[in-house]
Amino acid sequence: MQITETPILEVNNLAVEFATHGGTVQAVRGVSFHVAKGETLAIVGESGCGKSVTVQALMGLIPIPPGKITSGEARLDGQNILNLSPRQANQFRGVKIGMIFQDPMSSLNPTMTIGDQIGETLKVHLGKSQGEAFAMAIELLEKTHIPEAAKRARQYPFEFSGGMLQRAMIAQSLACNPSVLVADEPTTALDVTIQAQILELMQELQKSENMSIVLITHDLAVVARMADRVAVMYAGQIVEAGSVDDIFYRSSHPYTLGLKIAMPSNKHDRDKQLTPIPGSPPDLFMPPAGCGYFSRCPHAMSICRAHLPGVTDMSDSQFSRCWLQEAGAPDVPELHQRKNLPEQQVTATTGPLDAG
Amino acid sequence: MLVKTDKLKKYFTISQGQTLHAVDGISLSIAENEILGLVGESGSGKSTFGKTLVGLHARTSGEAYYKGELLPKQFSNSDHLRYSQDMQMIFQDPYSSLNPRMTVLDIVGEGLAIQGKHKSAEIKDRVAHWLTRVGLNADHMSRYPHEFSGGQRQRIGIARAMIIEPTFVVCDEPISALDVSVQAQVINLLDSLKKSLGLTLLFIAHDLSMVRYVSDRMAVMYMGMLVETGPANDVFFEPQHPYTQLLVGSNPEPDPVTERSRAFRPILGEVTSPINVKPGCRFAGRCPMVKDICWEVTPQPIKINAERDVACHLFG
Repeated sequence: MQITETPILEVNNLAVEFATHGGTVQAVRGVSFHVAKGETLAIVGESGCGKSVTVQALMGLIPIPPGKITSGEARLDGQNILNLSPRQANQFRGVKIGMIFQDPMSSLNPTMTIGDQIGETLKVHLGKSQGEAFAMAIELLEKTHIPEAAKRARQYPFEFSGGMLQRAMIAQSLACNPSVLVADEPTTALDVTIQAQILELMQELQKSENMSIVLITHDLAVVARMADRVAVMYAGQIVEAGSVDDIFYRSSHPYTLGLKIAMPSNKHDRDKQLTPIPGSPPDLFMPPAGCGYFSRCPHAMSICRAHLPGVTDMSDSQFSRCWLQEAGAPDVPELHQRKNLPEQQVTATTGPLDAG
Repeated sequence: MLVKTDKLKKYFTISQGQTLHAVDGISLSIAENEILGLVGESGSGKSTFGKTLVGLHARTSGEAYYKGELLPKQFSNSDHLRYSQDMQMIFQDPYSSLNPRMTVLDIVGEGLAIQGKHKSAEIKDRVAHWLTRVGLNADHMSRYPHEFSGGQRQRIGIARAMIIEPTFVVCDEPISALDVSVQAQVINLLDSLKKSLGLTLLFIAHDLSMVRYVSDRMAVMYMGMLVETGPANDVFFEPQHPYTQLLVGSNPEPDPVTERSRAFRPILGEVTSPINVKPGCRFAGRCPMVKDICWEVTPQPIKINAERDVACHLFG
């Protein structure tokens, strides 16, 4: 995999664990990815796969203890943003990197007006006066197409609908013109017609502000709609990453395939049975020695149980973490396999672990 | 028709002079052995409709029939006992719909225990049978809900409904709380139970793709009223009502090429308040094709062909 330009955000070998009563949970186990300027990277996976913990670590939102970042670095514009002091963290958080959350109702302060909450960001980070901050808050609300922004800025969160609150939260996250917007399941709590509006808004603002987006979601349809590149997470690791077309049309990991055939496609194929993925994800108190997907994988081999697969580059844009990509592995017709590619398409042998 | 409603209404009084029109005159019928998918956004009244049908809410007005028999407006305890043998419900949230202080045996066996016709050993056998049938381990019946995952809990909820061997089951968003890989497990389970037991299902959900996949017929609700009904594929692929068109047009597909070629025109505006609604079409404020009449007269369902109804002034 080759990185053509310097990425705005680069994460290397991030690992996060949590001490709990039941033992230590290894929530994120060596995750690497990068995000280029102006692009959208979707991190997709199911509950408990570590996708939210990954971005919370970037934002400095992991409570330490019980949380602990055991390894890795994250470079935003060249600067490592892990292991910062709280004071240092506050200088980039909300300024260079903004975040919006799944549940706008519980993420906003119910006792502050919307205008004051957005203004607070401007007061803290840019040293604006109350009056300036409030005026800028109204402009931000207008930017996110909230009608009657001046009136709305004086209202409280309970007076907003879910879609309007998500717009307000986006307005807040944009206050200091961040170069990266992290969106953690931004439309999961919204209805489908409102989801369409919010996704459209995010794309519009991404263009006008030349912003990069890290989109956390479990919804492959939202991924198809929004992403330039995709990282698929399972059991705390990225099992496959590539361009959005790589992931959907040249899936190189059985888990990605499994997700695709578990969902109904909107084609006239009523009789086609959905194929569930049997079983459930592994316990991350004691992560498996081998591939995390071993117990659910229809193509599992004995090597998968004992040994973690390495990273195989499928192309300049795609990598896979699966033993089926090794020379001599059995053919799986549905799977995009490196060994079946013409030689000139294979550019490099196993490279560094990076979701580029 | 196994289940039929006629102008069913369910209003909630919020405070003096404030009435929430949750379900506002729904006439719908469900044939034996059919899966009727009911879609709509949050607050459209689809769950309230399902709950009213099985007697969990008293009707405000209108009629509901089961096998041609008029159901009581408000279920008494004996009505519940009687009709719960035929009509069961599976709930959305597999966490809050199971009593955390009861074992799986007590939860799944409760329906049989209430009937009072079975010895406890017999109930235990039936529970074991049904746990196996829904893909759980019968040895786990002495466990408590917190020991199970979301998908497993949903199976417990399904076993609890099925052990009664009902004819009609209301499935209220049975998969919304589950991960994609587990959703397919539950859908396939419901499908096989439907086939083997000859069940009739009202499948309530907001996931349009899944409803189309699961259902024979589809009904689309907006603010307490039906806007369109018809065969699931027809409604999905050739939506007639402007709201159904908006809904289908907003539904993203897991396919990047389709998404890139989508002519995207999200319609602004949101669902308005269902409190003290005025006459007129409830979608008028968001409708791109709104006419003067839409603000004044509530459109009634019109047959556009033998199988399809649309409630819109653009028709008829």
